[in-house]
Amino acid sequence: MNIAEIADRLNFEIVCGSTGKNNMVTWGYTSDMLSNVMGNASEGNLWITMQSHKNILAVALLKELSGIVLVNGHRPDTETVTQAEKEGVVILATDLPAFETAGRLYQLLKENEDIQS
Amino acid sequence: MIFEYQIEGGDFTKAGSASSEVKKILRQLNLEPSLIKRIAVAMYEAEVNVVAHAYRGTMTVDIDTGRIFIAVKDEGPGIEDIEKAMTEGWSTANEKVREMGFGAGMGLPNIKKNADELKITSTPGTGTKVEITCFTRL
Ligand SMILES: Nc1ncnc2c1ncn2[C@@H]1O[C@H](COP(=O)(O)OP(=O)(O)O)[C@@H](O)[C@H]1O
Ligand SMILES: [Mg+2]
Repeated sequence: MNIAEIADRLNFEIVCGSTGKNNMVTWGYTSDMLSNVMGNASEGNLWITMQSHKNILAVALLKELSGIVLVNGHRPDTETVTQAEKEGVVILATDLPAFETAGRLYQLLKENEDIQS
Repeated sequence: MIFEYQIEGGDFTKAGSASSEVKKILRQLNLEPSLIKRIAVAMYEAEVNVVAHAYRGTMTVDIDTGRIFIAVKDEGPGIEDIEKAMTEGWSTANEKVREMGFGAGMGLPNIKKNADELKITSTPGTGTKVEITCFTRL
């Protein structure tokens, strides 16, 4: 499943970096600690976080994540948006808290896995 | 090939930019993806530590057949007890830094996990040098 499909199904807004909307999502990872993501997330993971500052972009790029979902209504600042567009990091946003966001994404990815197998 | 980057202490807006540059170079060199991933994590954590804990530093990347060597040297407070600093979850980061998602105390353990060789030397009151080596599979 790619970012665009997930955004559509779960009603996440694509805020910026829409060039990455075709990125395939391998799985999700939820954390607000950057080193935790650096240490444990895998390539293609969709990262759920409330951190909305510029530093999330370097983490997403270095770990080759498929995208970032900002929860609780958080939105990236202008500087982050500009940089995300430049680097092609897709940022999604939802008003849901992290728990519900992860729950819905988990369910969707699991269902999709079942359909494919 | 040797590349050098300056790192500004306290400037979180640029944290990770040197590592991102290096990663681009490594990809252009067509190194194994798994090796690039390990190096990316290790150098990012070393770079962020200068931003979070030191005043200024340099990152030197030496790419050779057989190995990638990265030295991150800083002027800063240094580390009193390196063994303690290596403990997962141990951090002296302040509240503001933690709120940004840094300061999980997992940086040095992440470096250790991803480097083939790691050497940390530090003089309290002067600075720290973190040396990371990753070997390429030929
Ligand atoms: N370059 C450095 N200069 C001074 N202290 C450092 C440096 N790198 C690490 N430290 C010390 O080691 C601790 C642990 O580092 P690390 O594992 O990266 O966790 P964190 O950076 O999240 O605190 C830091 O909190 C800090 O006290
Ligand atoms: Mg650190």
